[in-house]
Amino acid sequence: MAGKAVLTGTHFMNGDEACCEGALAAGCRFFAGYPITPATEVAERMSRRLPQVGGVFVQMEDEIASMAAILGGSWGGAKSMTSTSGPGYSLMLENIGLGLCTETPCVVCNVQRAGPSTGLPTLVGQGDMMQARWGSHGVYEVIAVAPASPQEMFDFTIKAFNLSEEFRLPVTILADEVVGHMNERVVVPPADQIVVKDRLKPTVPKESYLPYQPGPYGVAPMANAGDGYYMHVTGLTHDERGYPGMDAATQVEMTTRLRDKIQNNLERILDYDTVMLDDAEVAVVAYGISARSARGAVLAARERGLKVGLIKLNVVWPFPEQFFRELAPKVKAMIMPEINLGQMVLELERVVGGRCPVELVAHPGGAIITPDRIIKAVQAALEEKP
Amino acid sequence: MSAQAQAAPQAAHPQDELLRTDRIPHIWCSGCGIGIAFGSLMAAIAKCDTPRDDISVVSGIGCTGRLAGYIHLDSFHTTHGRAIPFATGLHLTRPQNKVIVASGDGDLLAIGGNHFIHAARRNVDLTVICVNNFNYGMTGGQLAPSTPFGAKTTTTPMGSPDEPFNFCALAAACGATYVARWTALHIRRLTTAISEAMNKKGFSFVEVIAPCPTAFGRRNKIRRSLDLLRFYYERSVVKNHLAPGEATIDFDNKLVVGKFVDIERPTYLDQYDMVNRGELEAWPATGVDASAAGQRKAG
Amino acid sequence: MKFWREPLDVGDIKVTKGKVTVVEERCKGCEFCISYCSRGVLAMSQTFNRKGYHFPEVVAPKLCVNCHFCEVICPEFAIFSQEEDQ
Repeated sequence: MAGKAVLTGTHFMNGDEACCEGALAAGCRFFAGYPITPATEVAERMSRRLPQVGGVFVQMEDEIASMAAILGGSWGGAKSMTSTSGPGYSLMLENIGLGLCTETPCVVCNVQRAGPSTGLPTLVGQGDMMQARWGSHGVYEVIAVAPASPQEMFDFTIKAFNLSEEFRLPVTILADEVVGHMNERVVVPPADQIVVKDRLKPTVPKESYLPYQPGPYGVAPMANAGDGYYMHVTGLTHDERGYPGMDAATQVEMTTRLRDKIQNNLERILDYDTVMLDDAEVAVVAYGISARSARGAVLAARERGLKVGLIKLNVVWPFPEQFFRELAPKVKAMIMPEINLGQMVLELERVVGGRCPVELVAHPGGAIITPDRIIKAVQAALEEKP
Repeated sequence: MSAQAQAAPQAAHPQDELLRTDRIPHIWCSGCGIGIAFGSLMAAIAKCDTPRDDISVVSGIGCTGRLAGYIHLDSFHTTHGRAIPFATGLHLTRPQNKVIVASGDGDLLAIGGNHFIHAARRNVDLTVICVNNFNYGMTGGQLAPSTPFGAKTTTTPMGSPDEPFNFCALAAACGATYVARWTALHIRRLTTAISEAMNKKGFSFVEVIAPCPTAFGRRNKIRRSLDLLRFYYERSVVKNHLAPGEATIDFDNKLVVGKFVDIERPTYLDQYDMVNRGELEAWPATGVDASAAGQRKAG
Repeated sequence: MKFWREPLDVGDIKVTKGKVTVVEERCKGCEFCISYCSRGVLAMSQTFNRKGYHFPEVVAPKLCVNCHFCEVICPEFAIFSQEEDQ
């Protein structure tokens, strides 16, 4: 039952399905997951598609097992992913930490729903933004992308795989229920036009291989199980040999490595789009489905002559700090709509550091933020006397 | 090192080729049985036909969890309880990989119990070695799913009120293809069991009853490891092919050891491949009679 | 070796001879090897190793039959035997 990994052409599909196709186009050949609304469609399509391209799908007993299995799958040499929503993401976080510590490339798609707890399983939320950054214990850096359409579910899943392979870490796709369940046009380009990146492989002799010695851009080349390098991989604090080192010096060395590989490569990681920002007096900052509301709001406001622009965050973690620091003195205010009671806005406020007011347009979940609420916030910001 | 040893470098230990000798001595206490089980595992690996590159060892957390860190193979020390699902991913993406899971009873069967039963049910081709020392040694000797009723641990200071699991019966009930239990003193039979388990297709399980003098023995008036090793051995009785449910660990009566299960069953990947080749008939194979004649009256 | 009745083929049976090596610095003094040596080859040392443990010493080298039991029972990979030519 052979099938194509890249379904070149124009399709009408929902975001979850597009995520699956993006994964396959990026080279994903192993999926371990557990059903959960609104991410189930990713697993369902994977179960049908993976055997067609020589991959393996397994439905595990829970999300903890799913996350552990994709880490194992990645060390087995296959690009691996899982998909889930809030409750499952909470369960995955311990093993996401193992993936961060052991520098294991893989992708976790979190189709966010409204919480806390079981919350609103079938309705939208953006409440896991900070959880994706800080949810696993300890000291680390993460990468997370935020698609705003089925097309971006396809594109950003490829991006997530590329970033995970390039920087050796679990990358989270912070989607949401509306993006996951929305049916739209998805264009899948020809396979040779899709940029696919693979993990660096060691080139040194087996005896002198150090599995955690930073390579060309601060990331260590990775041997897979079976390559004959006999590496030791542990979630304990470890040195460049991969051996546990139970002291503060090893902890400093390891966490510095984990931080530097992200912070020293920001220009390769950061990604945001700007719309009509050049002369803008007010900047709307948004991500995911809220960025679509924001785009509608900005376009409508411009028609009314309001000088407003949009920054759409494609990569939400790491946060583009430098960009916002430089933008802050040039605008009267920044406005952030998000479907939570204020998460990314805290990061924006921290970075802006009082150089311009930052306003939150919040919704606790269950519905998207309508453009008119954002327009009202823009008007209010423009009317405010400096 | 003594002056004599410096003068004449002695021969290397025959198991050094499989050890990360730069990490030896290991962290296990004097008289701990994990080292014996580890030696048995290495002896089985040394005899095994599989190329070394294709063998991986996965551990969870705890004293036995440290085992992966001492073996000179691809080795993975994962999170608490999650060695089996990690190993599942490692095996499914590289089926030629012979994946050995070695961990403790608390790791595999308390926090990891759900993964254990489901991996056995799916019959993922893994070799699972459980070192059972009747308590959580790494954290100082707390109640484990194996702690005998009445035994003292730091969290059951008056004696355990819990009924322990029979791991072999559990593994067999969930569909394991190979199930055996030996004490750490049945070394040669243990090594044979690990060899057989490694050569067995499917989910194979070997339980090793091992002394933990520091945490378990000390609180139960068997302080010397030698005495604990001997105690387990002397209470044991070999009963191969006994129904696993009857293979009890009863210190007042009989601690049953032996090989209890050795069967053939298609593995997860066998069935996955078969299903995806389209060789499966519609379920149920007998068909469904939806006519009125086929309906049975309820009640 | 002592027998209650000498087997008829005792002259044909070749008893192997072993040489025991102790990796003193690995030893943690559990005494498993000394206790379970069926030939009484080993005894506890009077001295300590660097970790502060007594370790086994070969006190009756001629008695070793190279059964390897000390080797397999040692949890520390600190003792092994090799066959020696007779």
